[in-house]
Amino acid sequence: MNTKTNTSSGCEACPVHLPGNLLKRGVDMENWDFVVALAGNPNTGKSTVFNALTGLRQHTGNWPGKTVARAEGGFEYGGKRYKLVDLPGTYSLLSTSEDEEIARDFLLFGRPDVTVVVVDASGLERNLNLALQVMEITDRVVICLNLMDEARRHGLKVDDRRLARDLGVLAIPTSARYGEGLDELVGAIEEVATGKVVCKPYRIEYLSGALKTAVTQLAAEVEARFPGLPNSRWVALRLLDGDARMRKVVQSGELGELARQVDIQMDIVGEPA
Amino acid sequence: MTRTPGADVLATATAMRWEFGGNLHEQLVEAIYADAARIAERAVTRPDQKPRFDLDRTIDRVVTSRILGFPIMLLALSVVLWLTVIGSNIPSDLIFALLVDTIYPFLKQIAAEVGLAPWIGGILIDGVYLATAWVVSVMLPPMAIFFPLFTLLEDFGYLPRVAFNLDRAFKKAGAHGKQSLSMAMGFGCNAAGVMSTRIIDSPRERLIAIITNNFALCNGRWPTQIVIAIIFVGALVPGYLAGAAVALAVMGTAVLGVLLTLLVSWALSRSVLKGEVSTFSLELPPYRPPRILQTLYTSVIDRTLHVLWRALIFAAPAGAVIWLISNVTFGGTSVAEYMINFLDPFGLLLGLNGVILVAYIVAIPANEIVIPTILMLTVLVSGLTGVGEGAGVMFQLNSEAATGAILRAGGWTLLTAISMMIFVLIHNPCSTTIFTTYKVTGSKRWTTVTALLPLFMGFLITFFVAQIWRLVIG
Repeated sequence: MNTKTNTSSGCEACPVHLPGNLLKRGVDMENWDFVVALAGNPNTGKSTVFNALTGLRQHTGNWPGKTVARAEGGFEYGGKRYKLVDLPGTYSLLSTSEDEEIARDFLLFGRPDVTVVVVDASGLERNLNLALQVMEITDRVVICLNLMDEARRHGLKVDDRRLARDLGVLAIPTSARYGEGLDELVGAIEEVATGKVVCKPYRIEYLSGALKTAVTQLAAEVEARFPGLPNSRWVALRLLDGDARMRKVVQSGELGELARQVDIQMDIVGEPA
Repeated sequence: MTRTPGADVLATATAMRWEFGGNLHEQLVEAIYADAARIAERAVTRPDQKPRFDLDRTIDRVVTSRILGFPIMLLALSVVLWLTVIGSNIPSDLIFALLVDTIYPFLKQIAAEVGLAPWIGGILIDGVYLATAWVVSVMLPPMAIFFPLFTLLEDFGYLPRVAFNLDRAFKKAGAHGKQSLSMAMGFGCNAAGVMSTRIIDSPRERLIAIITNNFALCNGRWPTQIVIAIIFVGALVPGYLAGAAVALAVMGTAVLGVLLTLLVSWALSRSVLKGEVSTFSLELPPYRPPRILQTLYTSVIDRTLHVLWRALIFAAPAGAVIWLISNVTFGGTSVAEYMINFLDPFGLLLGLNGVILVAYIVAIPANEIVIPTILMLTVLVSGLTGVGEGAGVMFQLNSEAATGAILRAGGWTLLTAISMMIFVLIHNPCSTTIFTTYKVTGSKRWTTVTALLPLFMGFLITFFVAQIWRLVIG
């Protein structure tokens, strides 16, 4: 078994290892090429990652629920401009509290080009609950395996490669507080944004028997009604769960707008080579 | 009937929902948890040896224990306040010596030499400059020491433990346990505290949290409390005890604020905002070694300079207003004197005086400038003409003694100081907080309640304190 987990000691030929062209743009978000959302459980260091990439100094606290509304900033990398949106920290996207709604609505309607899920490497299991839910909504996910320093302190070894393989998306180990792994993270964001890397995200196997048939059938109907929707299965599940907001956007056809816009966006970005 | 675009999809979904009933949500959550657990299990290897001594858990057992939790909280707060009081003396004196004893007479001299019209010099130098100089010398040192210390506690991860300790009390008061978090945010800034009540789902409990957030002493009011306590409480006890006495007085006010938060929450949840208490789980984040340099930087830039800048922006025009109302006269009496004389009887009923009430009216935009405003008004109105004539005798004293001398000349007593500290804690929120409340609640009615309830309570409490004080102590 390959137990080498530390990518930062990797070879210099790797494209991820050409750091140095990160340009922190602070609140300057003019003419962005890509939108990057930053999701994660509370207190995993999202705001620290946000500050490190944008050069802003949004106050970070060792404090769950610190970011209540969205914070936005910009950075430039590899000649492309990115708008970074720091979402409120949430444990799931399934309930109805306001912070969860802000996060979910942005992922669904804000159509970020890349969603970085910041997870706490020292509490992986709890954090993956959210990551799996995000991966139901969008394919273009990068896992930021943050707080590696804390995981080490607790004597944990986290195999980021195995995690990346199991999840089907890039997983980058970082210690954002000490600036470790951020170059690799920006590289991964670029690769997913520009389509150099295509994610094949793991989909939750929560369905059994009759329910599976029902979800598949309803998802097909959603797809027929709103062609091009990237997450019809998730929409179907939310409808079955009686999600009032989801019912509203299906009812009004807003969801269709969403699907069309996603299509246009896919044209601009182009198919991965 | 016209069918909306997604109506048929919704019809199918509704039909299916009959079939699967209520346990779909649980099934979904269980499946997600199971998958997350399986994937995490494969990626994480734990060392074979038994878990070593867990420092975090051990600290948590102590700081959140039923017996030691509260004493440790009070001790931590007193130490922070004591360090602030002890540490701010010397820089305060230095800044005061520079800005008021040296630059101020220099500016007056220049104004005299270039033949500046007296009223322009008055507005600019006696008004705008002196007000801002006072804000800097009185407010900057306590802020520059208090905020970094407070931020270090926050970064270390102590504040969630405070919230954890208070959670039981909030539940008993019929409020949401998360209100302890929004209150802790309020200790930084009430507008942020009100904003953070979004983490509370139930509208009833959120309103309780919004209305009572003002009882948490904010950034703007901590330094005011510290300054009043230094001048009056500190002067009463022997020098070596002064620091401790001041810290205790300020902490007493903060604790009074927490008690009022609980009391008002209790009263609201049993009267106009009745309802069930929701439960939630509060995660205690791991302790993290605070990053001292970064904390110093952010707390100096984000908090100290931010608060100071806000104070200066409001102090400059307020200084001009103060100078104008003190110097525009009708029949030999200035506008300020008319106002002060008019409000004096009412102020005295509350243990305060007319000057303080006028200062509150002038300082409505920002609580931070109340103390400098009071000083300016006292100097300009009470015939302490030393200021107007250049460097007067009293400015050769150090700044706190000078401030104390001005206030005592203005008729201040210990009762005035205590009433003032209570009133600083309990009065209407600042304009930013009121505006935020309106944005968050979307209700004019609840915004009005949030603004006026504490003001009314402040009048009531200071009134009773003053009456009882005069009966007992005289």
